[in-house]
Amino acid sequence: MLLSMENSGNIMMEFLTQVTWSPYIAGAGIGVLSWLSFYLSNKPLGCSTTYFRTYGMLRKAVSKKGIDENPYYQKYKPEIEWQWMLVLGIVFGAFISSYLSGVFELKWIPDMFSGRFGDNPVVRIIVAIAGGILMGFGARFAGGCTSGHGISGTTQLSLTSIIAVIFMFVGGIATAFLIYGVI
Amino acid sequence: MAENLHKNKSVQLIIGLLIGIGFGFFLQKGGVTEYDVIISQLLLIDFTVVKVIAAAVLVGMPGVYLLQRYGYAKKHINKGSFGTAIIGGLIFGVGFAVLGLCPGTVAGAVGQGYMDALFGGVVGIILGTGIFAGLYPKLSSGILNYKPIKHETLYELLGVKQAYLIVFCLIAGIVILYALEYFGL
Repeated sequence: MLLSMENSGNIMMEFLTQVTWSPYIAGAGIGVLSWLSFYLSNKPLGCSTTYFRTYGMLRKAVSKKGIDENPYYQKYKPEIEWQWMLVLGIVFGAFISSYLSGVFELKWIPDMFSGRFGDNPVVRIIVAIAGGILMGFGARFAGGCTSGHGISGTTQLSLTSIIAVIFMFVGGIATAFLIYGVI
Repeated sequence: MAENLHKNKSVQLIIGLLIGIGFGFFLQKGGVTEYDVIISQLLLIDFTVVKVIAAAVLVGMPGVYLLQRYGYAKKHINKGSFGTAIIGGLIFGVGFAVLGLCPGTVAGAVGQGYMDALFGGVVGIILGTGIFAGLYPKLSSGILNYKPIKHETLYELLGVKQAYLIVFCLIAGIVILYALEYFGL
């Protein structure tokens, strides 16, 4: 009895320390989290408004000027709420996962990026900031990101989400082909 | 509905954190917190991202449907316009390929120790949402409402029962994933 418990513990640990899982297992896990977030919190999984709330909080700390007149700050108040904690949780969860499998490392440049653009971290940071600006702008423009539209919206068969996701990938694929010059 | 639970703000913050930890764990294990995996998807040489999203949607769909059907959760659909979905989607897509991560996976990449995700991606996304907010008063009366999408959902557009469409999506989704594996993508 004790031995079999130890065994199943080992099997569990082996599973948790694997570097990667099948994308279907990982995805199915996220699907179950969708159920939980709807049931326990009556909320869809989403990420991008958290970045705006953070912007609002930072801006408020500097100066309150112009915040009250802008309806967007009423729509998404600069505060720490459910989704903000969710995004913080993602950081912890990915840390735990990568630490368990021994792949956690401080790294400045992804391999494919350095293969094409060299290994100057400043270049990568500038490109990442530029990409981030476009993505943050686009996500709020579209009313959601790959989580909000891609997972939660599509899960509910939302028409807006399905159209948004198609164009996210159209834009992404076209740009990636341009950057990496495959054609 | 677990209404008392929904009203308890501090418990909700903890639930949000716990679900987030699970989310980050699955994203990292699925490999999608890696720039290389996302770029390879956009270059159409590795379909990991599509597989993770598809599995999440296919598993999520029947469960969320039942929760909503029996009153345990409300519908949460962000209805927009063709302007928001197409233009916003395209801008997002360009950023997706330039950054090589999305707003969820960038947080996971930070947790994994990727400094470009923290000092580049997170900083950029925060700035981008701020720029959008600054333009929102002007945009909201124009492009954001350009050709509003009339139907909230695909089943309303098609005029079919939600449950039937879900069954169809599950079958179609499995066939598509099977085809991806068959062709070794």
